[in-house]
Amino acid sequence: MLEITDLHVHYGGIHAIKGISMKVEEGQIISLIGANGAGKSTTLRTICGLKEATKGSIKYEGVELTKLDTSQIVKRGITMVPEGRRIFPNLSVYENLMAGAYLRKEREEVKKDIDYVYGLFPVLKEREAQRAGTLSGGEQQMLAIGRALMSKPRLLLFDEPSLGLAPVIVKEVFQMIKRIHSEGVTIFLVEQNAYEALKLCDYAYVLETGTIVLQGTGKQLLEDERVRKAYLGG
Amino acid sequence: MQHLVNAISLGFVFGLVAVGYALVYGVVKLVNFAHGDVFMMGAYMMFYASVLFGFPWLAAVIFGIALTALLGVGIEKVAYRPLRKYPRINSLVSSIGMSFLLQNFAVVVFGGIQRSFPVPEMMKKTIILGEVRIQSVSIYTIIFSILVVLLLTFILQKTRIGLAMRILSTDFETARLMGINVDRTISFTFALGSALAAVSAVFYALRYPQIFPFMGQYPGSRAFIAAVVGGIGSIKGALVGGFLLGMLTVLLPAAFPEYSGYREALIFALLVIVLVFKPNGLFGQEVGEKA
Ligand SMILES: Nc1ncnc2c1ncn2[C@@H]1O[C@H](COP(=O)(O)OP(=O)(O)O)[C@@H](O)[C@H]1O
Ligand SMILES: [Mg+2]
Repeated sequence: MLEITDLHVHYGGIHAIKGISMKVEEGQIISLIGANGAGKSTTLRTICGLKEATKGSIKYEGVELTKLDTSQIVKRGITMVPEGRRIFPNLSVYENLMAGAYLRKEREEVKKDIDYVYGLFPVLKEREAQRAGTLSGGEQQMLAIGRALMSKPRLLLFDEPSLGLAPVIVKEVFQMIKRIHSEGVTIFLVEQNAYEALKLCDYAYVLETGTIVLQGTGKQLLEDERVRKAYLGG
Repeated sequence: MQHLVNAISLGFVFGLVAVGYALVYGVVKLVNFAHGDVFMMGAYMMFYASVLFGFPWLAAVIFGIALTALLGVGIEKVAYRPLRKYPRINSLVSSIGMSFLLQNFAVVVFGGIQRSFPVPEMMKKTIILGEVRIQSVSIYTIIFSILVVLLLTFILQKTRIGLAMRILSTDFETARLMGINVDRTISFTFALGSALAAVSAVFYALRYPQIFPFMGQYPGSRAFIAAVVGGIGSIKGALVGGFLLGMLTVLLPAAFPEYSGYREALIFALLVIVLVFKPNGLFGQEVGEKA
């Protein structure tokens, strides 16, 4: 579905991604783990066209994404739940969801999808008219996920969805990711919470300062000595 | 009473110019110092459309508004867009340069002398109600300003492009992630802000029919103060700020003729007082949750 080959990304003089290659098959959950500053967010932002690649290719169903702008990429069925949620605090919960459907024209379908999202997250329905900035951290994460779903993605990228949330909520978030996956959406999950991410995924990559140092099935990596040491606290 | 009507209508004029500032600031975080000069250009375009091309008054006004909107879009393209990826101070300086450019362009091309803005007969009338005499232009100003504000509110709250503008005002990158075309939305914002400047120029010129290349400076600075007092970036605040200034400008000399010389000082005192107690302006919100 998605194939990244020898991707390089720079921020001015900083070489943030140094020639990574990875593959996402349709229907899978792929995890990308790594420490702070490893380049995880940069990878996701480059897939979405928010950051330009300096070299290499990102192919999605045969189409080269590095030449497209974000709106064209979103139209093709990719979107992201960004790091730190990035909901629009001054807009109502409903308007945030409508923002996710910004590119879609079919009003009836959009309406149905709003109801679908409200079904997944009843709390959003309750707070429909409320300013999104007044929601709790967990609710904001639900809203960010709901907003992403409103674009009807087939490939959904998550950038550290568990960041800054209470353990109970983290559990809910991972359950929700599983549920969205079970409804046919392919998942690309970036996490620092390596244990949960590895448990959940079909295949995983470990990123260190812009380079992929390890890869394997979630099970393999959970048992890997180096992963245990560096990311699972022994 | 007549002073009150007069004050309200001037308040609306300042308010509309201020809303134009606030709109652009709210979306792109740029204090557009050329706004007052766009206002001036609007007045000239209407003048020429009417006097030179002989357009009927209303057609000239609509033509002028449309052309001014285009001018705003053009200014953004050449003077601000190329600087967008640099620190904001660059665009700020660019807008000051644009202000001088427009003023000098007007002096050279339109001439430094004052021109008489055409005022249709129906705007010249004075309505007499018993003791009070109200100029019909004040009434028209109030009615149309309210309509313009309602229209603007509708665009911002109920349309797709309005949603895009509100999203852009908080977060460019996530706006792009939603598929919003940032360039097009910013162009539209400038078109709208400049059209507002042109609309307010009509009302201003009906009231003070002598137009000249520097006519934008006074209402421009007034509107800037109004926008700051109201909380820059806040539409509601800009309107209220404009209102306050219009009131002060008209009512102060009327109530205390002997102190009218202190008017400017008082207006700046108001600015200082508001900023001391509410650094973000009357309707400005805390950083991180902009209106
Ligand atoms: N906007 C930026 N400007 C300059 N450098 C950046 C920017 N964003 C990220 N970087 C740098 O790129 C590298 C990777 O960052 P990032 O992708 O955010 O890592 P992660 O998401 O894994 O924590 C870091 O060295 C970071 O300092
Ligand atoms: Mg990150």
